[in-house]
Parts: sequence; structure tokens; C-alpha cells
Amino acid sequence: MKLISILGKYLLLMRQVFGKPDRVKLFFRQIMLEFVSLGVDSLGIVLIISVFVGAVVAIQTAYNIDSPLIPLSMVGFTTRQSIILEFSPTIISLVLAGKVGSRIASEIGTMRVTGQIDALEIMGINPANYLIQPKIFAAVIINPVLITLSIGFALFGGWIACIFTGAVTSTDYITGLRGWFVPYTITYSLIKTSVFAFIITSVSGYHGYETSGGALEVGSASTKAVVYSSILIIIFNLILTQLLLV
Amino acid sequence: MIEARTISKSFGDNLVLNNISVKFQKGKTNLIIGQSGSGKTVLMKCLVGLFEIDSGSIFYNDRNFSKMTFRQKKEIRKEIGMLFQGGALFDYMNVEENVGFPLLMFSDMNTQQRKERVDFCLRRVNLEKANNLMPSELSGGMVKRVAIARAISLNPAYLFCDEPNSGLDPQTSNVIDNLISEITKEFDITTVINTHDMNSVVEIGDFIAFIYEGQLWWQGDKTQILKTENKEINDFVFASELTRKLK
Repeated sequence: MKLISILGKYLLLMRQVFGKPDRVKLFFRQIMLEFVSLGVDSLGIVLIISVFVGAVVAIQTAYNIDSPLIPLSMVGFTTRQSIILEFSPTIISLVLAGKVGSRIASEIGTMRVTGQIDALEIMGINPANYLIQPKIFAAVIINPVLITLSIGFALFGGWIACIFTGAVTSTDYITGLRGWFVPYTITYSLIKTSVFAFIITSVSGYHGYETSGGALEVGSASTKAVVYSSILIIIFNLILTQLLLV
Repeated sequence: MIEARTISKSFGDNLVLNNISVKFQKGKTNLIIGQSGSGKTVLMKCLVGLFEIDSGSIFYNDRNFSKMTFRQKKEIRKEIGMLFQGGALFDYMNVEENVGFPLLMFSDMNTQQRKERVDFCLRRVNLEKANNLMPSELSGGMVKRVAIARAISLNPAYLFCDEPNSGLDPQTSNVIDNLISEITKEFDITTVINTHDMNSVVEIGDFIAFIYEGQLWWQGDKTQILKTENKEINDFVFASELTRKLK
């Protein structure tokens, strides 16, 4: 029953969020600012994690290939498939749910408990629309860019690891990367990323917006935002994989 | 003029406002006073539409606010300025951006005109040269003054102030009270102030509504409140030994 109530509140909030912006020019300015705070500010952590995980995936794959019948180029192939299909869209989205989700929920939650959202409402502004809509649009646009960069840097990390450990030659790794490539896997990856971006921003926005009380509740809203976003990402990962790949 | 006609509001089984009818006049500082928990903040939030009333009506110059659609209420809200208890300045904007925000949203002013209006409002609250400060760099009194400047930036017809003196020293409280009173007269605004500061009551109370246990218990002005024999209001206004002796 509580779940239905939460779902109902979430849908009602989304109805407010997707109204026409009060000022279209200001809306685009807000989106630009969100590109920076949600996208550019996350670039560092995304790239660091991508390079190191790409390297680990390549080393582990090489370590597990002990049959002489399997060509070493499979290391590049397996790394590419793991990174494109699962690591970059899903794991990086989970990282972003932690970083961006908690930021959104605590920012909007603090605005709620300090009366800033009431102030917007009194001015005749739709606060949900003004605060949440630019974040959703910005994340849905910028997250696929982040994930594309993540894929590139993870594959680069795998290549560096192969060269430095000597597990696979550069030629074998690159041959594997280029072999049996299906462009649709990139489309699948980016569709997942956009759905996850919507989940992260809308769920975190909801938890921030529904905050009441004080500092303790803001912290709690921030935690809930991360937990629920992560769970939904995992569930939708399964649903989208079934729908798009099978 | 703002008029509440027999409004009631409850939260679950708790009846917070019980059949309140009151009129707040234009060009006057109208005060809502009462003990903590008496329902005065709920009354103010009902008046501005942050809470939906259970029954009764609220009129803004004969326009029935409680029967309006969301869009119609939005238009009325553009005529309302509000000063919140904690100021409610936007943390991520500096003083100039905070004051200019309503103008940016609802006026067709260009950047230069907006800057001039912001400077005028800041001058009016005696806050020149504070344009680039962030809210975290302001004192309590400055926060209230910036909030007043933001509230008057769109030339509102109605000004609501929720406990404008809370957290301020007596001298700064006096400055804020006088500022609100002056602005009310100067721009002919209907001002409604929610307070439990007795100094404000005797200084600027053109009209005073005393709320007791969710009901309108007494109404009058600052001279009448000093002479009333009403027990509940005397217990509230003259709560300390000193004020009783002064009376």
C-alpha cells in the first residue's frame, strides 16, 4: 500500500515536472548549468574508474584464458563486450546514482526545509518544474556522452594493462577489439544510459522534493535517493536487456 | 484588502484553524499574533495558498482565491511578496541575483533595467554595495533586508512577513519593523505580519488579530490592545513581570 502511495506521489510530481517552463530562455540556461554540475563535474571520477576497471577486466580475461585453442585476441573482444554491454552503462550509472543522486536530493531537500521551495511557489513559479526538469533533461543528454567517454577510456585502460603486463600483445588486443563488432551494442548501451539517467534524476528529485523536517531528514532523503535509484537501475537493467537484446 | 471568511483547517484529527473570519486592510500593517502553536503560521500559509483550506473562502480584493484554478492562483501570486522566517534566500545566488530573480521570471525588463530596479530595492532597505555577497556572508538582519528587497522587487500589492524579527537583536528588530511599516505606507501595500514580538505589536500594529487555540479571539489596534481586559490576550501580551508593571 505504501509503495502504491509513493508511486502515486512520484507520478503526480512528474506531471508537475513536465509542464511548460515559466521562462524558456531561463530553462535553457539552467540546462547549461546542469551540464556542468551533473556532467563535467563527474568526468574525473568516471574516467578514473573506467581506466582502472578496463585494465582489470583485460587482465582477468587474459588470466582466465588458459586453453591454447582460444586465440589471445579474445581478450580484446571480451573486454570490449563487457565494457560496452555492462560495465560502462550500468556500473558507471550506479556510481553516478551515488554522486549525482545524493547531490540532487540534498540540494532540493535543503531548499525544501529552508523554505526556498515555498518562496518559489509564492512567487508563482512551479518549483518542481523549475528545479527538477532541467536536471532530468541535462542528465539524459550528458550521461550518454559520459558513458561514451567511459567506454573509450576503459578500452584504453585494458590496452595499457595488456602492454604493461605483457599478457597480450597490442596487436592481439586491438584485433580483438575490432573483431565481430555489432554497432547495435552501442545503441543498446546508450539507451540504457538514458533510461538510467532519467531514473537517477527523477527519483533523487522526488526524494529531495518530498523532504520535510531538518538536516537529519535531508541526509535521510539523500540516502534514500541513492538506494532507490540503484535498485531501480538494477531492475531496469534486467528489463531493458530482455527487451533490447533477446 | 485580504479577507478570510469562516476558514477552517485541520491536519488529521487536529483542528488548527476554527472558523476564522478576518479582514486585512490596504496600506496598513496587519499583525497576526498568538502563542506558539496557536495556528498563526498555518493561517498565513492558508492565506498565501501554501495550505488548502478545508472550508470557508479567502478573498484578494473581492477575488475568491480559494475557488481559483492553479493558473489563476499563479497570477495572484505574482502580486504577492513574502518574507520568510529564515529569509529563504536562494543559496546559489548572490544578493543581486536573489533580488532580481522575480524580475527575471516575470518582467520583460532588460539587464540594465533589472539592475536599476535591484539597486533601487537594495537602497530602499539600506543595503547598498551588498550586490555581490552570497547569503552565507550576510548577517541575520541583512538576510531579512535582502528578503524584503526581493519581496518588493515586483511592486507587490500584498506583503506577507512570517516572524520577521525572529533571531534578531532588539535594535535590528526595530529597524526591520520600521522598514516594513514605511514600505507598507510608501507603496500602499496590504501587509500581513505574523509575529509574537510585543515590541512590533505596540510599534507598528495598525490592526492586530489575536489567534488563540485556532480561533480569532480578539482584534483591534495597538492602542486598544494596551487597554483591553481580555484575560487571554493580557496573559499573552503582558506575560512577564516587567510588562505587567509597565501596564
